[in-house]
Amino acid sequence: MKKLSWILFSLLAIVAIALTACGPKAEEPAQPAAPEAPAQPAATEAPAQPAAGGKQVEVFSWWTGGGEAAGLEAMIKVFKAQYPDIEFINAAVAGGAGTNARAVLASRLQAGDPPDSWQGHAGQELIGTYVAGNQIQPLNDLYESEGWLEVMPETLIPLISDNGNIYSVPVNIHRANVLWYNPKILADNNVAVPTTIDEWLAAMETLKGAGVQPLALGEQWTKMHLLETVLLGTLGPDAYNGLWTGTTDWGGPEVKVALDNYAKILTYANTDSASLSWQDAAQLVVNGDAAFNVMGDWAEGYFRELGKTPETDYGWAPVPGSVGVFQFLSDSFVLAVGAPDPEAAVAWLKIAGSKEGQEAFNPVKGSICARIDCDKTLFGVYLQSAMDDWASNVVVGSLTHGVVANDSWKSEIDTALGLFIQSGDVDAFQSALVAACKASGPCE
Amino acid sequence: MSKLLKDKDRFLSIVLITPSILAVLIFIYGFIGWSVRVSLSKWKGLNPDYTWNGLANYINLFYDPRFAVDVRNTVIFTSVFVVGSILLGFFLAVMLDQGLKGEGFFRSLFLFPMAISYIVTGVVWRWLMNPATGSRTSGLNLLFSYLHLDFLQNAWHTTPKWGMAAIALAAIWQMSGYTMALYLAGLRAIPIELREAAQIDGANDFQVYRHIMLPLLAPVTLSALIILGHMSLKVFDLIVAVAGKQLPLDVPAIYMWQTTFDGLFYGRGAAISILLLISVAILIIPYIWYTLHTETEQ
Repeated sequence: MKKLSWILFSLLAIVAIALTACGPKAEEPAQPAAPEAPAQPAATEAPAQPAAGGKQVEVFSWWTGGGEAAGLEAMIKVFKAQYPDIEFINAAVAGGAGTNARAVLASRLQAGDPPDSWQGHAGQELIGTYVAGNQIQPLNDLYESEGWLEVMPETLIPLISDNGNIYSVPVNIHRANVLWYNPKILADNNVAVPTTIDEWLAAMETLKGAGVQPLALGEQWTKMHLLETVLLGTLGPDAYNGLWTGTTDWGGPEVKVALDNYAKILTYANTDSASLSWQDAAQLVVNGDAAFNVMGDWAEGYFRELGKTPETDYGWAPVPGSVGVFQFLSDSFVLAVGAPDPEAAVAWLKIAGSKEGQEAFNPVKGSICARIDCDKTLFGVYLQSAMDDWASNVVVGSLTHGVVANDSWKSEIDTALGLFIQSGDVDAFQSALVAACKASGPCE
Repeated sequence: MSKLLKDKDRFLSIVLITPSILAVLIFIYGFIGWSVRVSLSKWKGLNPDYTWNGLANYINLFYDPRFAVDVRNTVIFTSVFVVGSILLGFFLAVMLDQGLKGEGFFRSLFLFPMAISYIVTGVVWRWLMNPATGSRTSGLNLLFSYLHLDFLQNAWHTTPKWGMAAIALAAIWQMSGYTMALYLAGLRAIPIELREAAQIDGANDFQVYRHIMLPLLAPVTLSALIILGHMSLKVFDLIVAVAGKQLPLDVPAIYMWQTTFDGLFYGRGAAISILLLISVAILIIPYIWYTLHTETEQ
């Protein structure tokens, strides 16, 4: 008797194992849109579905919290109002500023199961990974038919294109080259807001002499963020762009000057930077513990959350040396090769690029529109100044946030930077950057 | 009759064990084989590329300054963590073995940290080991300042070159209770007569431990060494929770993750994973062989 039940139990276990092993593609790892997603291949009208035609668009992102998720919801509302017959599937994956989401996306793409559209940083991060892998489609026709070329800055287009093909629709714009400062500390020490790197170094020397912490810095990626702004501030926009297209020599004397500047600037930073997040570092400035911080303009949203007032608790300026230049990064959406429903995907992209869609998304997220015709009254005082600059400045791309370099190149630069922070050896740093450009960039 | 039963039993046992053997073959050895193949390829980017690359990925790692940092960090972490856990664990076990009141309470107390995930430990110790100075001092440094022990204040995991040792402190906190449990079980397994005999022969407490207990505990020490050692070679989550992914505290597992999923260097990532596997295997295989050997002898 006992033996019989034991055999039965074992058989059950075997069957269970066999079933899970032979089941169709084990499971989508960590797909949160659980109820809808598996129903996707069965396009036959499920009875309870509100969308009559059974059309649906699955949009993949890592916007799962805070202003980002709220902004996405607002944009989905606009989408639903204009396309009531298309069901929207929000396939957002939480965690790690997109690290998890991108790992999930990569496995879906390798399995030949792409979502209709997904979020990615505009520029080489998308192009280097997904165009090279033949996973996304050019959108030039859509740009023509929607008239987007007229409402987005001219210098932006080459940065999100490859061989003349535009590959994504930018929804929002953040600025990377912002110098945040504490107005009171600067006034107390008679320091003017610096506009060149030399002025900046002199100002920080004065502040250091007065016993003030000159520069607040955080963990390693914020150091890469600082590096890209110093490269821009030293080289100027043309030579900076040349770094990423192969026309500026990474081994040349200008880059050496920039790296020397960077090394000097690092000496004014707090010693505990490795243990601070970007929020911790930015907070030092508004709390009066440090004079300067270089961070993207999402820091402004954080300052507001802390209840600080613009222009009294914090001031802003372009990073010294980059006045008149807007170093941007952007979240954008793409059209998948083999999208299950390309028509619905294009409908989504139309909303993402539209005035209504961007005006719904950006005030909530705390960024500005990629379009230059958004209503300024929807935005706060900092964002209004950013909108003016976006419409008038020279636009260049950010390294840390995926615009100018592909993922492989960026990770090699990150490693070189980490080794440099440990060793302080500028020459070794420069030759590592040359090697990185040769291995993964356009340099020969 | 009995032969029939025996055959039936044998048949049944083979049937029962087949699924797990298959699963192990596919999901462990199959994937190890696949990783080896990837590590010998030029795969870089999203799409698989199995172009033969020989040992180039391994040779490049050998010259890679970042991998040198990783190896150094792993050596520091492993030595501090293993030695620290074993010393502290042994000490705690000996203390508990003195037959004090409330032994069960203390035993649980020291064991509890093991029940916590490395991520939680990391978050707590990130706060404790806050290296900020001046008015922003907090965590252990603040405690030291209250206790007028300012000379103990330090930069913890941001200490240049030796920051890894601070991370090992958190790991020691977590795993010394486990080591204690191992030693305690070992101590309890030693027949009381041996101690008594030694004491009758005039050995003092120290001599009893040095010449009777320690030699008899050698197999426990070996087990602890192996278990802690292979854990420290694979350490990943604790470091990420304390310090994020930053180069001064880089270890092979973090490098593997970053280069594979952030940098899309699949070939290099696979090579690192195989090197990790080999280093763990060097530690574990002789141990398994030894254990099986002694067990069959018995």
